[in-house]
Amino acid sequence: MNLQLRQNGGLRHFLTTEGLPRELLERILTTAESFTGVIEKSVKKVPLLRGRTIINLFFESSTRTRTTFELAAKRLSADVLNINVATSATTKGESLLDMLRNLEAMQCDMFVVRHEDSGAAHFIASHVSPDVSVVNAGDGRHAHPTQAMLDMYTIRRHKGDFEPLRVAIVGDILHSRVARSQIHALNALGAGEVRVISPRTLLPRDVESLGVHVFHDIRQGLRDVDVVITLRLQRERMQGALLPSAQEYYQLYGISQERMQLARKDAIVMHPGPINRGVEIESAVADGPQSVILNQVTNGIAVRMAVMSMCLQQREAAAGESA
Amino acid sequence: MTRLRIHGGRIIDPGDGVDTIADLYIADGHIAAIGKPPTGFSADQEIDASGLVVCPGLVDLAAHLREPGQEYKASIASEVRAAAAGGITALCASPDTIPVTDTTAVVELVTRRARQARLSRIMPLGALTLGLEGQQISEMAALREAGCVAVSDGGRPVVNTLVLRRALDYAATQDLLVMLTPADPYLSDGFWMHEGWVSTRLGIAGIPVAAETAGLARCLALVEETGARVHFGRLSSAQGAAMVARARAEGLPVSADVAMHQLFLSEMDVSGFNSLCHVRPPLRAHADREALRAGLTNGAIQAICSDHQPHEPDAKAVTFVASEPGISGLDTLLPLTLRLVDEGLLTLHQALGLVTAGPAAVLGQSSGRIAADMPADLCLFDPEHPWQLNDDTQHSRGRNSPFIGWEFTGQVRMTLLGGRVIYAASGLA
Repeated sequence: MNLQLRQNGGLRHFLTTEGLPRELLERILTTAESFTGVIEKSVKKVPLLRGRTIINLFFESSTRTRTTFELAAKRLSADVLNINVATSATTKGESLLDMLRNLEAMQCDMFVVRHEDSGAAHFIASHVSPDVSVVNAGDGRHAHPTQAMLDMYTIRRHKGDFEPLRVAIVGDILHSRVARSQIHALNALGAGEVRVISPRTLLPRDVESLGVHVFHDIRQGLRDVDVVITLRLQRERMQGALLPSAQEYYQLYGISQERMQLARKDAIVMHPGPINRGVEIESAVADGPQSVILNQVTNGIAVRMAVMSMCLQQREAAAGESA
Repeated sequence: MTRLRIHGGRIIDPGDGVDTIADLYIADGHIAAIGKPPTGFSADQEIDASGLVVCPGLVDLAAHLREPGQEYKASIASEVRAAAAGGITALCASPDTIPVTDTTAVVELVTRRARQARLSRIMPLGALTLGLEGQQISEMAALREAGCVAVSDGGRPVVNTLVLRRALDYAATQDLLVMLTPADPYLSDGFWMHEGWVSTRLGIAGIPVAAETAGLARCLALVEETGARVHFGRLSSAQGAAMVARARAEGLPVSADVAMHQLFLSEMDVSGFNSLCHVRPPLRAHADREALRAGLTNGAIQAICSDHQPHEPDAKAVTFVASEPGISGLDTLLPLTLRLVDEGLLTLHQALGLVTAGPAAVLGQSSGRIAADMPADLCLFDPEHPWQLNDDTQHSRGRNSPFIGWEFTGQVRMTLLGGRVIYAASGLA
C-alpha cells in the first residue's frame, strides 16, 4: 500500500522517491524532457492544467524552490496561490489541520508543501480529500523529491544512462533531505555506485542501509567518479559540536579544482544551492566548466511541470476508468 | 459488610504458585479462605466464576492520570473507570501533573479524587525535586506522610548529578523508594525516535541506545555510593536490560520495569510516521524487543507497566515530531499480558506475576496476591473470550493506542476492589 500511488499505479502524490518503481521515475524524466521544449519557446505555456488551482503552502522560507514551483504551475496554465506561513504558532498541529480544511474548502486541486517537520507532507497527504494531490517541496530532513528528480534529470542530460555511473554525494548527509531523496532515486534508477563522503558527525546512523558506500577521506571518495554532488553546509552546524570550524571542513571536504582531478575527466559538479563559496565548494569549481549548477535550476521547472501534470492528469485518467 | 463466595473459578496466585479450581470466600473486604469456607460463613452474594480465571487485581507502576492540570486529556475519574474495566486495582500516579505533585496539597487532591471515584487504589508518586526541575529536593518525608509510595523524577531526569546524588541520599535517609528514568537528557531531548536505519530513512533525529545506558550508568554509580533503593522505569534497550541484570546480580538494591508496548512494537512501527507509536523512551530495534522479552524471565525486569499516557485526539493529529509522546495503555495491559502467554514466552503464572505481585514487590508491598487476610482486590477474566480493541471496547478517554484493531483472547468479566464489585462486563451481575 503506497500512499503516493493510485490503484492504477499512477502518481497521486509525490512525497518521496523511496519505494517508487524505476519506470515511474523514468516517466517523470521523460515527461520533463517534453516540457523542456515548452520552456525554451517564446510562448512558454501549455494549457494542460487550465482551470486547476495549485496552492504553494510554504511553512519554511524558500525563494528558488517556491519560484520554480510557481513558474512550473503557470507554464501549465494553472492558477497559483502562494501561502507563506510564518514558522511560529501556525506550525503547531491542530492549526495545520484546520488550515488544510479551510484551503480545501476553496476547491483547490494540489498542495505543494514545504515544512520543517519530517513527515509533514505525508501527514497532509493522509488527511486531504481523495481528489487533492500533495507534492512535497521539502519536509524536515526526510525528503525533497522534486529536487532529487531535477538532479536526476540533469545527470541524465549530461551523462545518459545511469548504470555505469559512480556518483559521490559530499557533505552534510545527516541533515539533508536532498541527499536522502537523491540516494533513493539513484538506486532506483540503477546507478552503478552511490558514495557518500562526510565526517561521521554528519552521517546518519546505518546510512549504508540506504544503499551507499561510505567514505571519510575525500581523496578516496572522489576517485573515478562521474558525478559530484556537493551539499550545502548550514552555518549552524558549527554549533552543537558537529564540526570544529568552517575552515577545517573546507580543508577536509571542500570541492576544489585540485581535488576534482581525482574524478573522471568529464565529471560534472552539482549543488542543490544556495552555495557557500569557500565552505563546501571553491568558486573556480562552482563557476567552472564542470559545473552544471545553473542547469539544475532551469531543469527544476521542467521536472516540476512533469510531476504536477502527472499527479493531476492521472486523476482524470483514474476517474475515467472508474466511470 | 457483604460476604461473597466466588465459585468455580481457576484461582491463580502468582505469589506462591497457587493454581487451582476452588471457591474463594470474602468477608469484610478481605480474603477469608480459599477452598473450604470458614466456619459459620454464609454468603450474601454468589459469583459464578466457572470458566474464568480469578487472579489478583493488576498493579500498574506507571500511569499518567492527567489530573490535576490536563483534564482535557483525561481525569482521575475517567481513567480509574478504565483501570477497573481492565482488571487493574492499584496504580501509581505519575508526579508530572500541573502543578507538579511536589507538595502535600497536590497529593491530597489526587487521593481525594481517587477516594471519590472509589474504583482503584491510587498510589501517588511524589516529585523527587521541586517542580521536577532537578534543583531543589522535595519534602520527601511530608510527601510520604501524605500517601506517596515513592518519589520519582516523573520522566524528567535530574540533569545535575550532584542534586541527584543528594536526592538519593535523602530518600535513603527516609527509606523511600526512588523511581528514575534512565536517560541522558543531552542524548534524548530534542530527538524523537530510536536512532537506527528507520530514523535515517525518515529523517527523524534519533535517540541512541547510549541515552539509556549512559543514564543508567550514572544512576548505578550513585546507587552504589548511597545505597538508595532505585527502580528504573521503562527500559527500552537490550544493553539497558543487561546492565540492570548485572547490577542486581551484584546485589545493588535496584529493580526495573518495561512498558507493555516495548514488548510488542519496534522502530519498524514508526515507519510511515505513525505518531501513535511516538513514545519515550522510543521503540527500539527488533533485537532490543527480544532482549526485553528475555529480561522478563532472566532477572532484569520485575514488572510490566502500562505507561498509560492518554491524550486528546489533537495531540496526535499532527506531524510525528510535533505529536506528544505516549500510548493510552490501561485497556491493553491484561490482554497483552495474556498474549505473551499465547506466544509461548511465559506461563500464565509468570505473566500474571509481572503485572501483580511483581510490581507490588517493587513497591515493597505484599499485595498483588490472593491469600488469606489480603484485601480482596481481584480480577476475573475469561481466558477464551475473543474481542477486538476498538472505539466501543476501549474504556480510557485517551484513544491514542496503536493496538486499536488488534484481536485479543481473554477479557475481563469482573473486577473487585476490597471485596466490592467495581466493574462487571455486560451480562454479569
